[in-house]
This record gives sequence, structure tokens and C-alpha cells, in this order.
Amino acid sequence: MTLATAAQAAYIVAALLFILSLAGLSKHETARSGVASGISGMVIALAATVVLAADGSGTLAVILLAAAMAIGGAIGLWRARIVEMTAMPELIAILHSFVGLAAVMVGWNGFLEVEVGGTRLPGSLLGIHHAEVSIGVFIGALTFTGSVVAFLKLSARIDAKPMMLPGKNALNLAALAAFAVLTVVFVASPNLGILVALTVVALLLGWHLVASIGGGDMPVVVSMLNSYSGWAAAASGFLLDNNLLIVTGALVGSSGAYLSYVMCQAMNRSFISVIAGGFGIEAGPAGDRDYGEHREITAVDTAGLLKEAKSVVITPGYGMAVAQAQYPVAELTRRLRERGVEVRFGIHPVAGRLPGHMNVLLAEAKVPYDIVLEMDEINDDFATTSVVLVIGANDTVNPAAVEDPDSPIAGMPVLRVWEADNVVVFKRSMATGYAGVQNPLFFRHNTSMLFGDARQRVEEIVAAL
Amino acid sequence: MSHSAQRLGVVAESAPGETRVAATPATVPQLVSLGYEVVVESGAGRRSGFTDDAYARAGARIGDREETWSADAVLKVNAPAADEITALREGATLVSLIGPAANADLVDALARRPITVLAMDAVPRVSRAQALDVLSSMANIAGYRAVIEAAHAFGRLFTGQVTAAGKVPPAKVLVAGAGVAGLAAIATAASLGAIVRATDPRPEVAEQVRSLGAEFLDVGVAQESSADGYARQTSRDYDRRAAELYAEQAADVDIVITTALIPGRPAPRLLTSEHVARMRPGSVVVDMAAAQGGNVEGTRPGEAVVTENGVTIIGYTDLAGRLPAQASQLYGTNVVNLMKLLTPGEDGRLVLDFDDVVQRAMTVVRDGEKTWPPPPVPVSAAPAPTPVAADRGTAPSSAGRPPSPPGRRRHLVTAAVAAALFVLTAFSPNALIEHVTVFVLSIVIGYYVIGNVHHALHTPLMSITNAISGIIVVGALLQIGQGGTVVAVLSFVAILLASVNIVGGFAVTRRMLGMFTRS
Repeated sequence: MTLATAAQAAYIVAALLFILSLAGLSKHETARSGVASGISGMVIALAATVVLAADGSGTLAVILLAAAMAIGGAIGLWRARIVEMTAMPELIAILHSFVGLAAVMVGWNGFLEVEVGGTRLPGSLLGIHHAEVSIGVFIGALTFTGSVVAFLKLSARIDAKPMMLPGKNALNLAALAAFAVLTVVFVASPNLGILVALTVVALLLGWHLVASIGGGDMPVVVSMLNSYSGWAAAASGFLLDNNLLIVTGALVGSSGAYLSYVMCQAMNRSFISVIAGGFGIEAGPAGDRDYGEHREITAVDTAGLLKEAKSVVITPGYGMAVAQAQYPVAELTRRLRERGVEVRFGIHPVAGRLPGHMNVLLAEAKVPYDIVLEMDEINDDFATTSVVLVIGANDTVNPAAVEDPDSPIAGMPVLRVWEADNVVVFKRSMATGYAGVQNPLFFRHNTSMLFGDARQRVEEIVAAL
Repeated sequence: MSHSAQRLGVVAESAPGETRVAATPATVPQLVSLGYEVVVESGAGRRSGFTDDAYARAGARIGDREETWSADAVLKVNAPAADEITALREGATLVSLIGPAANADLVDALARRPITVLAMDAVPRVSRAQALDVLSSMANIAGYRAVIEAAHAFGRLFTGQVTAAGKVPPAKVLVAGAGVAGLAAIATAASLGAIVRATDPRPEVAEQVRSLGAEFLDVGVAQESSADGYARQTSRDYDRRAAELYAEQAADVDIVITTALIPGRPAPRLLTSEHVARMRPGSVVVDMAAAQGGNVEGTRPGEAVVTENGVTIIGYTDLAGRLPAQASQLYGTNVVNLMKLLTPGEDGRLVLDFDDVVQRAMTVVRDGEKTWPPPPVPVSAAPAPTPVAADRGTAPSSAGRPPSPPGRRRHLVTAAVAAALFVLTAFSPNALIEHVTVFVLSIVIGYYVIGNVHHALHTPLMSITNAISGIIVVGALLQIGQGGTVVAVLSFVAILLASVNIVGGFAVTRRMLGMFTRS
């Protein structure tokens, strides 16, 4: 056993532990042991690598790497402690950008080591090495700027509206073509200038890709970036001849891709159309249609409805996160359950700005997860539900998706809340949802609108109970 | 605009043996919420088990016969008798089963009064109108009841058992016609444990039959797909082959349930007396088409007869009515859905919109003018290029993209990817091939590991993948001591960033998972 073979063995063990970790995360019961496997895998992999690195380099390098890990770890722990659950999408997006940036740096290092540092590689492998550098840097840079834009949009530092550059699809394709050309040139005659150009192209492409996607498509974007960050790690693995990186990167990449697919299914859209962006802009909503009058209701009357109800379903959307209404909603749930009212939650797969976002918010407020159901689990029960509370959701409860074949969201699976006896919609105003589509739900005879800040209104209802 | 709400009259059924009623205490509040005043004739719901009191509690007024018949709109189950037609007041609207295709005289008689008549059994087969389709809702109940009647007359168990007292073979049931009634019969018989077989001239229903656990017996003669969702007249060739099939099956099965109907024609004859004669004594035939002339030779409508060789032929025509509470509830809900369509303002005013194909098709008489038959309606149940389920149990949606690319395209994509991978790998040096192998297999593992993740755990899953993709730190760790200052600085930053990811990702995942609690 040499140090190198021992490290390889540790990597295999770590890779298996990562697989166990992801598998564990698929169920509530095994989720915590999944995290434990992930942490053990990471510790084993890091220990092996640090020993290997310390063996081949000087004291200064060891001190540097220890310092970097300590500082980074401390920052990570600090952010993880204080992050608000409503801000999870932002945190996840920025973490993706870190992986992307790290991958860019690893790629650059790979180039500098071989070209400038003078490590010798045989001819054919040298070409492959250069291609790997260029691919790794490209994916990493794309992930980096894409995630930064996603972070800025999610934290409302920039406008969430899609940026509509003329010929945006042509721009994306041109960037890809430029990447291909630059890679070929780079492989033939590697030099720093081309690598810089390639990095810039990738950075711009990442920025543009995410900037032209709107806020409501964020669940897809975030899981897509998750996938990219995995591919970036895998590309670095190819570059460094490191199977652990390849395995882990591929695992993360394919899991992110799968999540994106699930999200696209939930919106009845193809992956391409999400990437192409600009949803709801070209499908100009027919604003001249007469939907009739909407009715308003007060918080006190809503409380009265809830008192009489046998079963209540709450369908939250991003608006609940914005208003930070999850705590009063949880309190309302407790009160109603104590009164013997059956309360359940119906979660649309793309509710919120992150896959599973609503679940995390409700869990934070101590809503038991077994009453939080998925769209398919609850959709058939609306017909026997007394009251549905729609809190900050709009497009995910729009009957036009089912009933109006001309609607821009036609065919998108939605929560069929309108089948319930009474629907109360919590909303700030009568503005349209993210897709820019008017919601006929608001004008149904069994729907009442409760205007105002969702948090405040729910608190009033709790008080009235 | 001020006006008083219109009055809906729910009348007692006069047809002998009719047990149903057009509104129930569960549907009355829905009618009231549309703005109507609802008057229920005293005793109307008695045979369905609904008392006058229950109606009154639901918000209806109890009235006498005269009062209910003179309402603005009369809701009814069966077509009205001659004296009932005259009891309707001028300008009134009648909603009931009419059977306009078969009862031309009745339609003419109705058209002699200045009234409007909507036939609940003339709903076109468009997906939007499914909610008011009485034929479906009644056929569903009747199919269930047909099996129950058969089980009652059949002297044996449906399910097969092996007991200490010997083995009991399962009953074999043949269902002819896999429409709504047939499918309901198949499902019921299968759930009782019988071996179920079914035939239907429409090849597109085979899949539905199999989905209910029954065997589809293909007649083996091409029959064109149905264009309007209903079965149509079969070809002579088909009939000959079908007769052979029935002859074979009659000798083998214990129970036959026939449901074959062709709109606007007498029921087709499926089983001849020879077929019945070949059946074993004790066998049961339920002819659900008895009212339309019967699918079975020897059926007597409304009766159960026993043939010389001991086969019971049940020809009850009131199968749905034998489950009156449920039948009334479903009929009542169909009526409510019709009234919703007719009351766009929800203001208790009935408005007939002839531009709406559903309303147009159901209107048999408008203001004393005969409007039957309506212009043909293109229906969404028609199987276009691909065979879509033709039964109305499934909701064909005209919106949305096709669910998945056709199989052939998927095969092509798979083949292209495989070929590309092959070329890429075959021209690579050995070192790369090893990596590609690991890479490809890991992608597959990732896909299967994530494939069944619970929806609530999507966010923790993303944060943990975030943490483990921080493994890229390994790359930077190995590089930090290997090059010059630039490399060291870049590696330092990369290690720092990736460490934020690793520690932050794991910590936040643990924090989130700690919040999930059961009730």
C-alpha cells in the first residue's frame, strides 16, 4: 500500500458514501442518516487528500490550505446558522456560484501547471488535457455568472423580469459556437489570451442565460444551476485524473438535471422553452375579456368560514414566503386542528422559488410534514373540501390552465382549488401573476378575495378564532 | 336591473317503478347558490330515501304537485306523460330525459306547447360536457348493479377459493360492450374475484379493458375506429366472426353481461337462443339493453326469465334506479352542472345560449319550436391520429403538448447518443476511457438514486448536493503546492470557496431536516 493507493481507496469509499447520502435524502426517515453518510464521505475524502497534498508540498502550502479551509468553513457555518428559510433559494444559488468559480480556478491552475509550470505530458494526452481545461473553465464560468444572476434576482437586488435582448437565442448559439472554435484553437496552440477569451465568453453566456429567464421559472433555473455545478466538478475530475470528482460531479449533475425535469413537467413546458426564456411576454394575455366581478371578504368572515368548515386545504405560494406568513399560518393550522378541523396543505411542485421551498418554510414553522401533500395527492380531494385558503399563489391555482386551451398556461397541471365549496384568496391586489395571465378563479362565485399583507391577514384570522 | 329569482320545481316521478328524483338534499343548496328558489314536490324523494324534511333543511320549499309543475323550470328524471306536458306553464323550461331520437311523437307533443325542453340524454360528447352527461353517470351505476343482480341470481361464489372443504373455482364473466356500463361491470366483477373477459367492436378500448384486470377478446376483424366515441353498426364480416366467438364463450362462461347499444337504433342481437342453450344450467345472462329490444334472444324487458336449460336471463330496465339514492345524487349533480351552464350570471335567471354547442345539442324544443335534431358536433372523444381512449371516463384534453415523444423518436435519440459515445470513446486514449466509464455509470446511478425522492425533500437534497459538489476542493488541495504563486493564490481562493460550500451545505441541510416533524 502506498500513499497514492490508500488515497484512491479512500476516494472509492467516499464516493459510495455520497451515493448513500443522496439515496438517504429521498425519504424523511432516512434523511438524517443520509446527511451523516455525506459528512463521513467528505471527511474521508478530505483527510486522504490533505495527507496526499501535505506529502508532496512544503509547509507553507499546508498552512495555506489549512487556513483556507478554516476560513471557508467558518463562513459556511456562519451563513448556514443565520440564513432565513425564506432566503434558502438565494443561499443555494450563491453556493452554486462558488463551485463554479472554484472550477474555473482549478481549470486555470491546470493550464498554468502544465504550460507555465512545465509539467510534461505525452502528445495525445496533452491535447486532451487542453480540451479538458477549456471545457472545465467554460462550465465553471457559466455556472458562476448564472448563479450570481440567479442570486441577485432571488434576493431582489436586480429586477426579476426576463431581460429581453434582441435575438437572444442567436446570441446563446453564437456563444456556444465561439466556445467550440476557441476550444479547437486552444488545443492546437494553447496560450493565455485564448483561455481568457474563452472564460469571458462563458461568463457572458452564463449571465445572459439566467438574466433572460423570469422569476417564476426560478425553481427550474436553480436546479439547472445545481446540475451545472455538478458537471463543473466532473469536468475538473477529468482534468485532474480524479475519479472521486468525476463520480461526485456526475451524481450531482444528473440529480440536478432530474430535478429540473420534474420542475419542467410541473409547468408543462420543455426544458428548451425555459432556457429560451421570456415566458408570458410573447403570449400577450387577452386583457379585454370580461371576467365579471370579484367579491371581497374580511378576515373576521374568513374566520367564521373556517369555524364552520370540516376540512380546510391551504395552498401556499411564493407570496407566503414574501410576506413571511408561514408562522401565523402554522399557528392557524394548530388552532383549527385543535378544533377538530382537518387541515392539510397542497403544494404545487413549482410553488416558491426553489424545488421544495414551501415544504421547508412550513417545516420551519413546525407544520407536521405528514399533512403537507403534493399536488397529485390532494387534487382529487378538493371537491370534498369546505374551505381552501390560497395564500400568495396565483398561476398554480389558475383554472384557465385546464379550461381555456388558448391560455398561455394551458395544459400546465394546477391545483384544482375551485372545486372546493369556498375559496379564499389572499392577495395584495388584483394584479396578474408571474405569467401575466388573468386568473378566472378570482371571479368564481365560490371565491372571495382577502386583500392585504398575507401575514397580517392570517394573524387577524387567528385572533378572530 | 332588478328581478325576482326564478323558481325551479323538482317534481315527483310518475312512471311506474321509477325510484329516482332530479334533485337531492345535497344538490339543492347548489341550485340555491345559483340564485334560484327551489320547490320540491312533497314526497318526491321518498323512494330515494330523501325526506321532505331533509329537502327543507337543505333550503328548498316543499310544495304540492300543482305548484312544482307551474315553476319557471321543472327538473325531472323521466320524460313527462301527456297530462304532465299540459301542466307546464307557458314559457316554462323542462329538464328531463327525453330520448328524442327514439321518441319522435313525444318531441312533437312537447313542441305543441310554448315551452323549452332540454334533454339530459342528448348531451354531446365533448369533454367540457362530461359533467352533465347523464347517460354516463347512469350507465356507470347500472353496470355495477348488473353484476350485483347476476351475483344474486348465480348460485355460486364469484371468487375462487381453496378451502378445507375443497376447491371453489372462480366464476367466469363475459362482458359484451366496453362502454361506461361495460367498464363498470368489468371493474365490479373483477373486484368480486371473477375471471372477466370483454369484447367490443372498437379496438381502442382494449387498453381500458386490460387496465381493469380483464382479458380483451379481439374479434379479429378490422373495425374502423369510432369517430364520435360511440360504437356503430358493425360489418357483416365482423358479425359472423363475433357470433362464433360468442358461441365459444357461451359454453365456457358462467355469466354474460351484454351492454351493446347503438345510438338511434334498436340494440344489436349478440346472443341467439342457440348460444343461450349452450350455456350451463345455473348460468346468468344480464341484458342491459333490454329496454332497447335486447342483445339476447328471449329477453323480456323488466323481467328475469329462466330458460328450459336453467339459464336465468335478466332484462331489468331499471338497473340504475335499483340504487336510487346514488342514482338520484349523480343525476342531481348532472342537473346542477347543467344549471350552472344555463345561469352564467348566478342570479337565478336561466339563459339559453344557442351559440354553445352543448346547450344547442340538448335543446329539443325552444319556445314551442322543434329544434331536434341539432347540427352535428365535432367531439373530442374521437381518436385522431393516435388511438386515444374513446370512453368518456377519460378526459381528453385538447390543450397541452403530447405527453412524450413517440417511441420511435426516443429510440433514435438513444441510438444517436450511444453512437456518439462510442465514437468519442473509441478514439480516446486509455486514460480517458477509464474516466468516461466512471462518468457515464455515475450519471446513471445519480438518476436512479434521485428518481424517487420525496417532493418535500427537494430543497434539502439540493443543499446536500451543494455540499458534496464542494468536493472540487480536492482539486484545489492537490494543486496548491504544485505551482508558482499564481497557482497558490488561485488554489487558496478555490479552497476557501469550496469549504464555504461543504460546511455551509451540510450545516444548512442538517438545520432544515431538524425542522421536519411528524404530527
